[in-house]
Amino acid sequence: MTETTQTSRSARTTPVRTGELPASTSAPRTADSRKAKRKAALEWIAVHSLALAAALFFVLPFVFVFLTAVMSDDQALTRALWPKTWEWGNFGTVWDTPGFLTWWKNTLLYAGLGTVLAVGSSLPVAYALAKFRFRGRNVMMMVVIAAMMLPPQVVIVPMYLFWAKQMDLAGTLWPLIIPFAFGNAFTIFLLRQFLLTIPKEYTEAAKIDGCGEFRTLIRVVVPMCRPAIAASALFHFFYCWNDYFGPQIYASENPAAWTLSYGLESFKGAHQTDWNLTMAATVLVMAPVIAVFFFAQKAFVEGVTLTGVKG
Amino acid sequence: MSTVPYGLRAKRRRSALRTLGFLSPWLIGLSVFFLYPLLSTVYFSFMKYDGFTAPTYVGLKNWLYVFRDNPHFWPALSNTLWLVLVMVTMRVLFGLGIGLLITKIKKGAGVFRTLFYLPFLAPPVAASVSFVFLLNPGTGPVNHLLEKVGIEGPQWFNDASWSKPSLTILALWCIGDLMVIFMASLLDVPKEQYEAAELDGANAWQRFRFVTLPNISPIILFAVVTGVIATMQYYTEPLVAAKVASGVIGGSGQQFEPGYPDKSTLTVPQVVYNLGFQRFDTGAACVVALVLFALAMVFTAFLMRRRSGFMSAED
Repeated sequence: MTETTQTSRSARTTPVRTGELPASTSAPRTADSRKAKRKAALEWIAVHSLALAAALFFVLPFVFVFLTAVMSDDQALTRALWPKTWEWGNFGTVWDTPGFLTWWKNTLLYAGLGTVLAVGSSLPVAYALAKFRFRGRNVMMMVVIAAMMLPPQVVIVPMYLFWAKQMDLAGTLWPLIIPFAFGNAFTIFLLRQFLLTIPKEYTEAAKIDGCGEFRTLIRVVVPMCRPAIAASALFHFFYCWNDYFGPQIYASENPAAWTLSYGLESFKGAHQTDWNLTMAATVLVMAPVIAVFFFAQKAFVEGVTLTGVKG
Repeated sequence: MSTVPYGLRAKRRRSALRTLGFLSPWLIGLSVFFLYPLLSTVYFSFMKYDGFTAPTYVGLKNWLYVFRDNPHFWPALSNTLWLVLVMVTMRVLFGLGIGLLITKIKKGAGVFRTLFYLPFLAPPVAASVSFVFLLNPGTGPVNHLLEKVGIEGPQWFNDASWSKPSLTILALWCIGDLMVIFMASLLDVPKEQYEAAELDGANAWQRFRFVTLPNISPIILFAVVTGVIATMQYYTEPLVAAKVASGVIGGSGQQFEPGYPDKSTLTVPQVVYNLGFQRFDTGAACVVALVLFALAMVFTAFLMRRRSGFMSAED
């Protein structure tokens, strides 16, 4: 009898707290174990109803945005929650809006090229900061963190003057893409945090085999830190995809250089009361990010943990 | 120096060159996109410059203008203080709560975790436009649902006393980053400590207070300080929400009174943008940029001191 209560209880409790079982059931009494059982059941119900309530808070905004995106123009002017007719054509209308396809292409260029450049140029820097011993290494690391925390608005005025007056690149996305070829503080930080976890023995073995530092990095280290490279690439891609301030500064004067994030706001401006079309555009801006996330969920969550916890 | 044999010296020089080679992209980037513009910002803060005519030296005039006469600077700072006190606190508490909840869920934990995390990925512009729609007093579903249960909803983004709380709700919706960090740190708490506490007869609250909290307090501090630094940079959400709620047509030429409604959503970066790119007052914009720099660096220094493990190499 005691045996069965114990197993059924241990099935209920998480593995985390199996330790409580021998202690609290050292002198098992049926009344006690029934009470404990009821308590566990109540806790189960409480936790899962809270989880459901939280899920509603996180999911409902998406649901309402989507439902509004497929409403007819007339219905979008009312307070209705559920679409009377499902106007899938709204997405087509948004897609065919002059400029929308250009914004897509520009965003892909900015995010894609920016990510390749940032990861490629940050990797050797991160490797040196993680594995080489040299004077001033800690100072360098402090500078990386400071640069990471620096609001982009601090240096934006001279930066804009530089790109507009000296380089004549205002009205394009190049002032945003080119700097990524010279390392990105956040990417360096993230990669370095991961590189610290690679045991020295691996790189040393490669060196004994006659590899130079650069070949060690390419042949031994890069294959080992694929997850970190994936995570930092994803972060960087999303950063560019979501960036609003950069395109606002450099591209706003030239609609041919707008990105999705910047264009979306102007789309709302041009479609004042058409919430349905604005929401359809919003869905089209959100969708790729969420699709990428579902393909790369694991790498992403690992990356978030790496930034905060390890170190 | 003379005691170092020739071969070793050559080796050292080679290794210094190698280090320099690996660091070179960043060293160039640092000087061109960080040091040079930072010094330039200091220089322009003492100049009158509209971007077209040559800059002239004006001493402390820009500084006096920003601190005494600019109508946006102090409201932006006080909004930042509000956001630090309310938004950051709420986000840390909510993130911790959601993290705790996730570790307790037994059925469908993976699904819940994904759902809770998803809003964090929504592009800020898209999320802000969505929330202005959800909360708009005319056709928004939130006030509609509130009305159904007999509550008259506020004006949200169109009311100066509700705009920051509305932004806070949006920030709580995007809790995914903190949730993951807290979740990981909660799972790292040694299980023996819970077992020991339980043997001593500690109840759930005491276990949280005396086992969980001390273990995760460095992570809480980390979340607070990075939250404060993020608040210094808070730009896209308040600006886009204010623009959309005010009904100003987006695009370049349009003038938009920053901080709608009634300066309640102004933040310091917006003041930099307004001065530098709408009024072409380069000098004053650089003064505000330097204030922003000082604020961000104070908290960054604090972060580096308190979490030395955050940066030192342990190999």
